[in-house]
Amino acid sequence: MTLLEAERRSANSRRVWGRVALYVLAFLAALLAAFPFLWSTITMFKQDQDLYTKANNPFWFNDPPTLEHVRYLFTNTEFVTFVSNTLLVGLAVVIITLVVSVPAAYSLAHLVGRWGERLGIAIFLVYLIPPTLLFIPMSRVVSALGLHESLWSLILVYPTITIPIAVWLLMGFFKGIPRDIEEQAMVDGYTRAGAVLRTVLPLVFPGMVAVTVFAFTLSAHEFIYALSFISSTAEKTISIGVPTALVRGDVFFWQSLQAAAIISAVPIAFVFNLFLDRFISGFTMGAVKG
Amino acid sequence: MSETAVEVKAVAPARDRRHFLDNDRFLAIGGMTPAVLYILGLVGIPFVLAVLLAFSDVTVGDPSLDLTGLDTLRQVIADPVFWQSLRNTFVFTLVSNALVVVLATALALILTKQFKGKWLVRFLVLLPWTTPVSLAAITWLWTLDSIFSPIDWVLRAMGLLESNVIWLGKPALALASVITVHTWRIVPLAAVIIMAGMIAIPSEIKDASDIDGARFWRRTFEIEIPLMAPIIGVAVLFGVILTITDMTVVYVLTRGGPPPNSTQVLASWAFFKGIEGGDLAQGAGTALFLLPVLIAVAAFILRFARRREVL
Repeated sequence: MTLLEAERRSANSRRVWGRVALYVLAFLAALLAAFPFLWSTITMFKQDQDLYTKANNPFWFNDPPTLEHVRYLFTNTEFVTFVSNTLLVGLAVVIITLVVSVPAAYSLAHLVGRWGERLGIAIFLVYLIPPTLLFIPMSRVVSALGLHESLWSLILVYPTITIPIAVWLLMGFFKGIPRDIEEQAMVDGYTRAGAVLRTVLPLVFPGMVAVTVFAFTLSAHEFIYALSFISSTAEKTISIGVPTALVRGDVFFWQSLQAAAIISAVPIAFVFNLFLDRFISGFTMGAVKG
Repeated sequence: MSETAVEVKAVAPARDRRHFLDNDRFLAIGGMTPAVLYILGLVGIPFVLAVLLAFSDVTVGDPSLDLTGLDTLRQVIADPVFWQSLRNTFVFTLVSNALVVVLATALALILTKQFKGKWLVRFLVLLPWTTPVSLAAITWLWTLDSIFSPIDWVLRAMGLLESNVIWLGKPALALASVITVHTWRIVPLAAVIIMAGMIAIPSEIKDASDIDGARFWRRTFEIEIPLMAPIIGVAVLFGVILTITDMTVVYVLTRGGPPPNSTQVLASWAFFKGIEGGDLAQGAGTALFLLPVLIAVAAFILRFARRREVL
């Protein structure tokens, strides 16, 4: 009896300590991951005198916080242009990606059997060819097409990054939908294409949302192509604009610069978190053989 | 049931089965053509061009494509900076991904447990990955500032430091800083991939070990981690690709410095030579040295995918 009690007590305390350890580890992970962002967030509201006094506690507002530098970012820099360029490119890339990937993913998932599987893997491997390998010849291709210094160069080239991953993700979603559904619609007199449009597409809508988020994020992230194709400030995206154009000579406007980073990072992270579970399940489903 | 079957037979012949919107073969080819053309045109052609450039002497000043055999590649490897870049590329990739294996596994195990405030922890933990790399690097640039680094302030407050560390100004520290930033930004992605793979582990196995009362450490190390090994492998291969091909972190943090070229990597060296320097042939030639590694990684990923049917 006492033995059993002792065992139960030790099991209990083990559980309590396990919980404590879990919370400590979770807190540490969050702190380590977010530390630079935390510092940037404090920085963006600091007054110059507070920020540039070496002895001041950097994590505390020794002088009252100010919105001056955030205002400066929006009124005196090209940040708003970078944001609208990024949105424009992102939107166009999402549309191209969906228009090209949805039919390809459906074909690969359902129509072509063994060939589909092989082509699917081939398309996925394309995703592994990095911009680093291609940016120099790609800059020649872009010049040859007369798109140098234009947002159109990014709109044209970014789908090479997003299409492979989108096809892969969508294949998983298409495989998850029973074929009976479209067969049934065909029995009702629709053609194959009509049946797919009316029955299957609405069901893969979650997958298309995931692809939208993913394609947009990838185009907002991209750096090396944008840096190689574009040097005029008016055509820059956030990704290259903030690090290159918000620095005057050697003088960094640290508060405005950090504000730019935080203001861009938080919405992207927020949207990504909303769709993370969907992304995780899509990522695994791509491999389930259909 | 039999009624439906009869109906199908009755209706099907009535419709024109050869209508092109009903032809599976036509639809398959039509569906895939745009994707295949896009990829062939804008990945295939540049890829061939990348190889051609590496065997030519094209510069921005003289853009005619004359093949010169191995001359360009010979010039590339004659430059000591190339070897420095190659070594740095491998050091950054190997060290940061060794750290990624451990940290991402731990993070995935934490994030699959239930606890209060999980959404906030998940949001913060994923920030390094969801933020555009160049902007994440900008936050680090300020965190590692030579005068106002808050890390230095903490060290000074603890009495461990007199003035400043100057993280990005000394070769060894600059290398360590770049490795830290790479690890920091890859861990969340690797953890997400590992979590995706953990979903595929049959829950009966986990439940059974719970009922057995298998202790936490035993359960983690003897059951969960061995089952996760293949997916951890896939996650790390993604990490390797992202680190080995990246130039953003180095470009923003150090521009390859401190002088001369202490933290230069193949990607940044190719950029400085090919785009800023205008020597397209040498830039392409430098980047081409990444290809064998990428092929090896792709082969590994395929093997994992075949064996486990997870990717």
